[in-house]
Amino acid sequence: MLSRRNFVLSSILAGSASLALPRLAVAQTATSKRLLFILQRGAADGLATLAPVADPQFNALRGALAEDYDGVGLSGGLFALHPSYENVGALYSQKQALFVQAVASSYRERSHFEGQNVIESGGATAYSVRDGWLNRLLGLIPEQDIRALALSPSIPLAMQGAQSMSSYAPTALPGADKDLMARVGRIYESDPELGALFAEAQKTRAMAGDTQMRNLRDAEKVGGLAASLMIGAGAASVMMIESNGWDSHAGQRGQFSRQARQLDALLGAYQQSMAAEWNDTLVIVATEFGRTVKLNGTNGSDHGTGSAAMLLGGAVAGGKVIADWPGLRQNDLFEGRDLNPTNALEAVLAGAVAGHFGLDPELAMRTLFPARSASPVEGLIRT
Amino acid sequence: MTPISIAWNRFGLGGRPQDQQPDNPERWLLDQFERYDPRPAAIASQPNSTEAIQSYLGIRTIRRMARESGAEDRGQQQIREVRQTARRNYVQAVAARGAQAVESDAPFAERMVYFWSNHFAVSVQKNQLRGMAGAHEFEAIRPHVLGSFRDMLRAAVLHPAMFIYLDQFQSTGPNSQIAVRRRRRGRNEAGLNENLAREILELHTLGAQGGYTQADVTEFARAMTGWTVDGTARARRAATLPNGSAWAGYMHEPGSRTVLGQTYTQDGHEQSLAILDTVAKHPSTAKHVATKLVRHFAGDEPPQPMIARLERTFLESNGDLPSLYRAIVESPEAWTEQPVKFRTPWEWSIAIMRATGGSRMNARRFVRMQQELGQVPWGPPSPQGYPDTSSNWAAPDALIRRVEVAAQIAALSREGDIPSLARHLFQDGLNDSTATWISRAESPEQGLALLLSSPEMMRR
Repeated sequence: MLSRRNFVLSSILAGSASLALPRLAVAQTATSKRLLFILQRGAADGLATLAPVADPQFNALRGALAEDYDGVGLSGGLFALHPSYENVGALYSQKQALFVQAVASSYRERSHFEGQNVIESGGATAYSVRDGWLNRLLGLIPEQDIRALALSPSIPLAMQGAQSMSSYAPTALPGADKDLMARVGRIYESDPELGALFAEAQKTRAMAGDTQMRNLRDAEKVGGLAASLMIGAGAASVMMIESNGWDSHAGQRGQFSRQARQLDALLGAYQQSMAAEWNDTLVIVATEFGRTVKLNGTNGSDHGTGSAAMLLGGAVAGGKVIADWPGLRQNDLFEGRDLNPTNALEAVLAGAVAGHFGLDPELAMRTLFPARSASPVEGLIRT
Repeated sequence: MTPISIAWNRFGLGGRPQDQQPDNPERWLLDQFERYDPRPAAIASQPNSTEAIQSYLGIRTIRRMARESGAEDRGQQQIREVRQTARRNYVQAVAARGAQAVESDAPFAERMVYFWSNHFAVSVQKNQLRGMAGAHEFEAIRPHVLGSFRDMLRAAVLHPAMFIYLDQFQSTGPNSQIAVRRRRRGRNEAGLNENLAREILELHTLGAQGGYTQADVTEFARAMTGWTVDGTARARRAATLPNGSAWAGYMHEPGSRTVLGQTYTQDGHEQSLAILDTVAKHPSTAKHVATKLVRHFAGDEPPQPMIARLERTFLESNGDLPSLYRAIVESPEAWTEQPVKFRTPWEWSIAIMRATGGSRMNARRFVRMQQELGQVPWGPPSPQGYPDTSSNWAAPDALIRRVEVAAQIAALSREGDIPSLARHLFQDGLNDSTATWISRAESPEQGLALLLSSPEMMRR
């Protein structure tokens, strides 16, 4: 019989092993740190991301979908990573990825819309906070020249607020010719606001280069593009990417595999392109909530509560799963249908970014996620 | 800016080549109340909300039947078709709104439509709204834009699109007939959903600082139970309204309610209507609405004296909207010579289309352009609506996209004498540098692209 407490203990021990050696590298300025936040919109199924294959209920609840994990378990553990996550799996082996299972924000209803509002704003309830937690994070980082960029046509809620943010996305709009751009630039020279915005936009576009991209649909190219905007002079230190299409109400097996493969390709290309900067990088992948434990009548899953989050990057104290595993028996489930959340997503986010940027974890928690009482999770980042 | 260019650009939707410069800009604005058409042909021909709800509810039925019969593939196909229709209807509704904006001789009144539509926002980010978001503006906002705040509030929040957007349609009184019956049969207790009641107080009337408590929200939500939409299983025996809303008394929480210190003993839907009437004329509502209007017309830092005047007008006129518009037009703060605002994407895109004599774009391309610019109609990220402060729109990539769109529109246009057009649109407010660079342009097309990208065009 599987013991939930034993498992938690073993994962904590596995994590602390990497803390044994004192760090010899010279102190780095905060601006050398990179943070990429990827929001999976549509409620990515955490039980598909990181399947609890050793839980006795899993096979029965997940039917044919459980076959996807045959022989792919994480070494010696309760969980198996979905096989579409090849690059992520490799990072886990290199102790550069960790997973948080049975995690959820404070939101307990099942509207994507509200769930995303909670996770982006950082409020305890939907619409209680008007700006975004990534924007407030920027206010906590002392460096003045830090740049944040949404890889998106407009600035998502998580990045909205008092701190100035940039946005960039390849577009299908035919680029204006160079001569026109130069002349527009001359007109804006006498206008401080437009002049600055135009210069900033041109700088970002120059950094992106001629991507030949018309949109953000090719995941691998998006990964490369994100990296190209986060390395070199004037690069963005904080970036957000929105990953859409995780709402798998029917035919989940194919849909999830496709989605996961895409995200994995994005992450793989991003890691490759970041090169040495990867060592200073933290990637957080999170979603608004999870999905029902039992499959529905159309081989999909409906809106649930507990899900999984991933932390990746050279900065991550990886190679472990953080989970106070609640179990999948009927009585263990939230409202009899969802994975019971035993970790606060906000505590993971606050703990991770505080560790990464060298901030006081309590201050980070208070600022980024006001009205949340959970303690920030520590030990997520190599120190 | 000159008074004419302020009337055209700050209050209106931008000048057109054929527009006569008004002798009296204030009068030109106020006369629009006579010219405004709440139901122009392009908009009257759009599907109404009842049809849209039926297709939305159709998805629920198809899904259930497919699940029960095991014919999942066929169900998926039907759902795809329903969604395609909803998407098509959305594109057509956006195009109709755009056409009306470009053609309108009452642009100030149209601007007020957008203002209120955004104040009472519904959003197609909730997919189910796609087919009916346009209908919400066309049915609930347009007819009341020159009426009273109370009537618009009722129409906007008691509309099926709003009921679906903010989850009202399933909200059930815990002691309602239906809940009691369900409990007796051992079924799940049907419950209250506070979403709409909260947003009415927070966003639509009193404002976040308007002095209400969580208990007021819950009480108001209880009073609102019973409001649902026509066509759901629950509403089978409900009384239906022409707009597709329905009243199901058996979902209503019985008893009297106390909201903001006042007790309401009315029966049925009269109770929520009475509460709506109270909050519609509340001093906090006057302040909230006045502040938003002043921010819209006088700048991101709304001048307090103007807010105070509008508040007074709101209270004295009992929320008469034309009285408020008149007070705005008569406020010196709204006529300051310097631009007060960075145009929103919608305002800017309509202004450049009016400047170039209309649009030769098809509907889908028009919607794509709004998407690229970042403000598709009825698509805000939250019930708060699209932001109305310059910093939200004056973003680096957004600006460069505008220049690219300007180049596209200029290429489609056949305007010839660009220096004269620039002078016509902005009169003496045209910057020397804009005038100079337009005169040096290597072609009329490039000159027009420069005009459409100019600081004068970006702001109002």
